Amino acid sequence: MGLKRMLENWSDFRKQDYYEDEPYMWGMSIDLNKCIGCGACVTACYAENNLPTVGKEHYASGHSMHWMRIERYWEEPEGEADIDIKESEYPERGAHYIPMMCQQCNHAPCEPVCPVAATYHTPDGLNAQVYNRCIGSRYCGNNCPYKVRYFNFFDFNTEIPHPLEMQLNPDLSVRSKGVMEKCTFCVQRIRAAKDAAEDEGHRDHIEDGSFQTACQQSCPTEAIVFGNLRDEASAVKQSWEAHEVELNRFEQDKSEDIRGYRVLEELNVEPCVMYLDRVRDTEA
Amino acid sequence: MSDYKMKDIEWAKINKDVLESLESPRKAFWIVLGVCAFLVSLGVAAEIYQYNQGLGVALMNRPHFWQLYISNFVFWIGMSHSGTLLSAILLLTKADWRKPIYRFAEAMTLFSILTAAIFPVIHLGRVWNMYWVLPYPNERTIWPNFRSPLLWDAAAITTYATSSALFLYIGMIPDLAICRDNAKGWRKKLYTALSMGWMGRATEWLAFRKTYVLMACFLVPLAVSVHSIVASDFAMSIMPDWHITSFPPYFVAGALYSGCAAIITLFVLLRYVFRFEAYMTTEIMDKTAKLTFAIAMVWNYLNLSEYASIWYSNDMFEKEVLLEKFFGPYCWVVWGMLLCATVAPFAMAFKKVRHSMWGMFWLSLVLQLGMWLERFQIVSPPLASNHEPWTWAVVWPGLVQLTITLASFGWFTMLFLIFCKVFPSVSMYEVKEMVFHRRKASSRTELEDLDKVKDEMVKLEEKLA
Repeated sequence: MGLKRMLENWSDFRKQDYYEDEPYMWGMSIDLNKCIGCGACVTACYAENNLPTVGKEHYASGHSMHWMRIERYWEEPEGEADIDIKESEYPERGAHYIPMMCQQCNHAPCEPVCPVAATYHTPDGLNAQVYNRCIGSRYCGNNCPYKVRYFNFFDFNTEIPHPLEMQLNPDLSVRSKGVMEKCTFCVQRIRAAKDAAEDEGHRDHIEDGSFQTACQQSCPTEAIVFGNLRDEASAVKQSWEAHEVELNRFEQDKSEDIRGYRVLEELNVEPCVMYLDRVRDTEA
Repeated sequence: MSDYKMKDIEWAKINKDVLESLESPRKAFWIVLGVCAFLVSLGVAAEIYQYNQGLGVALMNRPHFWQLYISNFVFWIGMSHSGTLLSAILLLTKADWRKPIYRFAEAMTLFSILTAAIFPVIHLGRVWNMYWVLPYPNERTIWPNFRSPLLWDAAAITTYATSSALFLYIGMIPDLAICRDNAKGWRKKLYTALSMGWMGRATEWLAFRKTYVLMACFLVPLAVSVHSIVASDFAMSIMPDWHITSFPPYFVAGALYSGCAAIITLFVLLRYVFRFEAYMTTEIMDKTAKLTFAIAMVWNYLNLSEYASIWYSNDMFEKEVLLEKFFGPYCWVVWGMLLCATVAPFAMAFKKVRHSMWGMFWLSLVLQLGMWLERFQIVSPPLASNHEPWTWAVVWPGLVQLTITLASFGWFTMLFLIFCKVFPSVSMYEVKEMVFHRRKASSRTELEDLDKVKDEMVKLEEKLA
């Protein structure tokens, strides 16, 4: 943006809720009760977003590029059944699964630290990453509390064996070495849906469910719900309201039987992804 | 050798001794220079490899996005604070014992900034676009992000490098004139250009003094701000154990600490290599050691208060990192730091240690090792146990990072040695002043009314002009 425009609108930029009147605010809700940890979302993400598969060695040394990952956690054993499971041959049975991807924070800690402003907030609530602008200082990766930013430590995409490069998604770029990348909420699909809606004549409204993110589309148990948080009729908005999670709060005061929470929301980063806590019967 | 002998040094001998350092150092000089050049070439090879392959070869990963490069950067920036301390602060506080050793401390400042500046550059994923950090005019009217501490870093380092280079140069002009008068060949041409026609007139001296003190006044707050900004690289983040309010003063104290230790190292080395025994006396070493000890205690206080504030804050994440620091996989780094930087400086409480040149040499190396470990334990352990337990991982720096680290030491020493060979590393005119004052203090007969003489000279010159 030009210096002139910046100086003219200086006070506007400092206003809170600058994008209040925007018709879109993309959000997600993930039901951990439904998640079975199958990893279909991860695979779909690889296919949709041109993520490089790095191989066993690079994966082990922490250079993997999965924008979405299934994290496994085990609770401290509560009952007999828990202990049995933990010590059994298949402890995954007792694991909690959390699909973790960029939480598209509204107070994203990655944004202010980027020296070249390669990561910024779009008016529709996405935490955008401009690959062409990124110089790879990796400060954003450090400052991300979820550690969901992925750095191209090598030029992975030059090593795609021959026919496989034809399966790359033409809707988005292939990143080169030295660039940070992360989940975009499938921004290419969002933009396509916006364009389609504009062609049909409504600029401010996309029908809820008219498009899906890749992870949502592939989830066999429909644990992932994605949509517009500014649209009162959308499934994700209703889910957020039902579970009493509000966007602009760092602590939700809710009764015990309500499952909605956001990961690390006490850091006041205002993530746009709500998780629904898993309920377990430890006696069974 | 006591300083009371210093008053007996003839002024011509000062010139001769210092100018000789430009001519014939001991053999050790060439050996060290050769080793350093070799290390630098190794580092260049490692960087070429890393540039071509990608940063993954340095064995950084997620969550260890930053590692040795950043801790080296902090270390070298810290090192650069010594020169400013010795020249500027001690100049303003009129501590005359700084005079024989401040020139090389200033040179050290400049060269450690030049070394430090390498690290943020080679650490970038796309080095070739590094100029995007600077707010230069461009046709797309894209600005850098002024909120990012990395941008402040770029501004602070360039400012600090420019001003300390100027400070070093301005302070050297009278000496360059002496060199000019005694040099032949290419050196004559170099010194003639650099001394800018210095004749040693009283008006020149007055202007020179004013400029020098002004520069010193400018440099002191600048040095403090530079390392505070480096500290905000960490303090401005939300990482547990990086997000600490006391980091700026803690970093500044640590910088002065490691800088003083480096001064002691080079003090002993220069004294030996260039035969400066008559100027770099035990008395000066004693005072430098006392200063280092005082700064070490300040640093220790800040370090311990950091632990205490984390402990009593009872923040879940910060406490976890603190415990991991002391008992986790990086524990030997932390304990090593405490041993080298907290316990070892107490040796300087003993006069015997302060007065032994080579004893201080080894001690200063231990202190520097401690401060280097300190920088590593600031960067790595918090990344290893961050907010997100699923990503917890312990990573040690790989061969490429270690090679480049070694090379940075070689690079610094190489630049420094070349400087000492080309420029006078002991300030001749300030040593003469010192000798003069010592002489005056002991005899009190010669030239007591120097001020009167000076005033007369100024008047005379004004008349002539």
